[in-house]
Amino acid sequence: MTKYIIQRLLLMIMTVIIITCICFVLIRMLPPAELPLNDIHTKVIEARREAQGYNKPYMVQFGIFLKNVFTRFDWGVSDKLYFGQDVATIFLSKLPATVFVNLYSILLSIPLGIGFGIVAALKRNTWVDYTISTLTMVVISTPSFVFAFLIQYFLSYKLGLFPFLMNAGTDYMSWGMFVSMLPVILSLSFSVIANFTRTTRAELCEVLTSEFMLLARTKGLTKAQATVRHAFRNCMVVVVPAILGEFIGIMSGSLVIEKIFAVPGVGGLYLNSITARDYPLFLMVSCFYTIVGLLAGIVIDISYGFIDPRIRMGSKK
Amino acid sequence: MSDMKNYENISSDMFRFVQMDASIHDKKLETKSRGYFADAFLRFKKNKSSLVAGIIILFLLLFAIFSPIISTYSVKDKDPVYVSFPPYVRSLAESGWEGFSGTTTRSSQNENSMAYWKAIATETGKDPVLGIIDSTTTYVQYRGQQKANISYTIKMNRFHEVGNLYRVFSYETFEDIQRWQDETGLQVIYPYVESKDIQNLTDNPNIWYKISDVKGTPVYDKDGNFIPVYSRNKAIEGAPYHSLRIEGDDGSYIYSSKKSGAVQCRVNYYNYYTYTHGREPMFLMGTNSMGQDLFSSIGTGARFSIIFAICVSAINLTIGAVYGAIQGYYGGKIDLILDRISDILSGIPFIVATTLFQLHLSQRVGVVPSFLFAYVLTGWIGMAALTRKQFYRFKGQEFVLAARTLGASDWRLMFKHIFPNSLGTIITRVALIIPGVISTETQLTYLGIINLSDLAGTSIGTLMSQGQVAMTTAPHAMFFPALFVSLLLISFNLFGNGLRDAFNPSMRGVDD
Repeated sequence: MTKYIIQRLLLMIMTVIIITCICFVLIRMLPPAELPLNDIHTKVIEARREAQGYNKPYMVQFGIFLKNVFTRFDWGVSDKLYFGQDVATIFLSKLPATVFVNLYSILLSIPLGIGFGIVAALKRNTWVDYTISTLTMVVISTPSFVFAFLIQYFLSYKLGLFPFLMNAGTDYMSWGMFVSMLPVILSLSFSVIANFTRTTRAELCEVLTSEFMLLARTKGLTKAQATVRHAFRNCMVVVVPAILGEFIGIMSGSLVIEKIFAVPGVGGLYLNSITARDYPLFLMVSCFYTIVGLLAGIVIDISYGFIDPRIRMGSKK
Repeated sequence: MSDMKNYENISSDMFRFVQMDASIHDKKLETKSRGYFADAFLRFKKNKSSLVAGIIILFLLLFAIFSPIISTYSVKDKDPVYVSFPPYVRSLAESGWEGFSGTTTRSSQNENSMAYWKAIATETGKDPVLGIIDSTTTYVQYRGQQKANISYTIKMNRFHEVGNLYRVFSYETFEDIQRWQDETGLQVIYPYVESKDIQNLTDNPNIWYKISDVKGTPVYDKDGNFIPVYSRNKAIEGAPYHSLRIEGDDGSYIYSSKKSGAVQCRVNYYNYYTYTHGREPMFLMGTNSMGQDLFSSIGTGARFSIIFAICVSAINLTIGAVYGAIQGYYGGKIDLILDRISDILSGIPFIVATTLFQLHLSQRVGVVPSFLFAYVLTGWIGMAALTRKQFYRFKGQEFVLAARTLGASDWRLMFKHIFPNSLGTIITRVALIIPGVISTETQLTYLGIINLSDLAGTSIGTLMSQGQVAMTTAPHAMFFPALFVSLLLISFNLFGNGLRDAFNPSMRGVDD
């Protein structure tokens, strides 16, 4: 198992470095942002650019970049959007908003999603199941921003329950902030709930019809006992990795929903860096998205091995 | 021994069929044989929800094809005044369809604004007030006396509430409008009002009656009618007027004022619109915040989305199928190396790829091709994995071995013998890729990362972001594009699920 994890992590680091290298070279190939002439920061940025090896071969630049990142966590200086500020600092100041919003949304989605899934599977082929399955289907197919608009229009505007946009401050623990986050959380939750519901239902349906369930009933367990002790456990083999994957994924958030509700998070930062052509910022957030995506995949794969001894891939070797 | 050496060149006359004269005792099948696709189609027909989804897709496709043709507007028509206006079709509104009457609800209208609306109705003959929903009376102490303030909530026709506007014309246009007025009998130009007669208000072309203060409190005559203050000042008249005159005009009102080389008029915008467009305004789905007709814009945007999605899925399927076939067929080292490559590619977040392609290529090859490249970069990976799996499943089977023994080439084995067996899976995949592409395309155009306006005119995502600007006052501009894209995606997914159930009956009910 350990060997497998190490193997996967090494592969991931290799993938990350290759992708970063491609992104890095592609971005450095673009002409760097023009600096205003009479600004005190201009000299500083020029000096730092010199230190980062602009004008040197791309691979040398990439080496300097990696060295800076790993030794000092220095991702460069923003040269457009937050003129003269450290990219990493800006990024870290934006991260909490995204994480909080997504964390709340997952905490809301897990019980609801699994609950609906269980109900649908237990009442299989009744109207309850059909309703839940159809709704799941509809929610998964509809783009999440349609829900965001519906929530913004009906709950925030027509009924006036929530503020229209998320508050801009950094007091993430205050009640007012939480209320302003609610529309975001709700919009994010729809698709997550639907995903959990679908996974749980499909898995539980399969487990419930398998032969060991029959055996469990024949040896005298009641239906409830058999379901709770045998079916649920087995269905969690698939559901728990999905949840873990979502947890990692929360950091990347949703660009569209963050834009609609003006969440001061990573998504907004990314969009702004694209429109303003702030390349250092863009590079850092791109790397971040890459790492988060790969990490989520690995966590899912590894957690399978931990939860279910039958799928311990590395153990064969 | 000598014939053993010669085994490679056995002449054909040394062979003979063993069973040449044996009779076959099997009975011929009496039922009609049914192929794989016919079978799948039969199963598909039984799935009611997918059938309905198919019909909806067909309807939406027809909408996308025909709406820009039927509509008298194109996405280039941007009206500066009818911005974010609700749906309005006069004939439907008159036959009692509430939804097409261009209505909006306005609250807290005081007496002055009610008079203002009434003045528009009196002057132009088009009453903007469709009905009073509610009125509340509050009493305030004003200079020692109790005064009632009535506040109304009314339903208004937004097209008529525009009323009159100031417009500046050249002398030729002014003449042309007069000719048009004579032909059609519709009054476009209304008598001019000098600002000195209306408390020096210069920005309100709808006040033609005597007012007592800048808030627009009207002064009524003894019968309770407005007192017109139309100008008779021939000195400021811009050009001679010889066309329709309004009721009560003895021929002395002037209809224009001088404006360096041109004339300024008060025009009724509704009739002016009829004059410039040759027909009355008719917006089946209203207009958006750019003043575009939504009915034709949605069609135009959807056309692009659908064609683009079909192109993307065709390219991705081809690449994915070939790549997956090579991986699955050869296996071993080749499989491992190709798998690494696709692993690395799949690690690139789609949004990063799109942006980088936009930054690098959109200047050189255009926005749409670079957008397409971004899709092609990673889009085929799922398809390749699917094909690879199918190839691993089939490549060891007897019919493949038989074909190989008969001397079929690798390429022929791959695409003649193995590939058709995975066709069902692939068709299903197409039906599920298309909604995925449309969905991401909508999101990216909504975010403004991709701007397709130059090539496609508009796109559903762009329409939605324009709709969001005026979401509170004109929810329809948000609602229609959102409805269209949701319906399209839901039906495509349902349709795809139906296809999957039909082609792989064993997978029924399992979502992948």
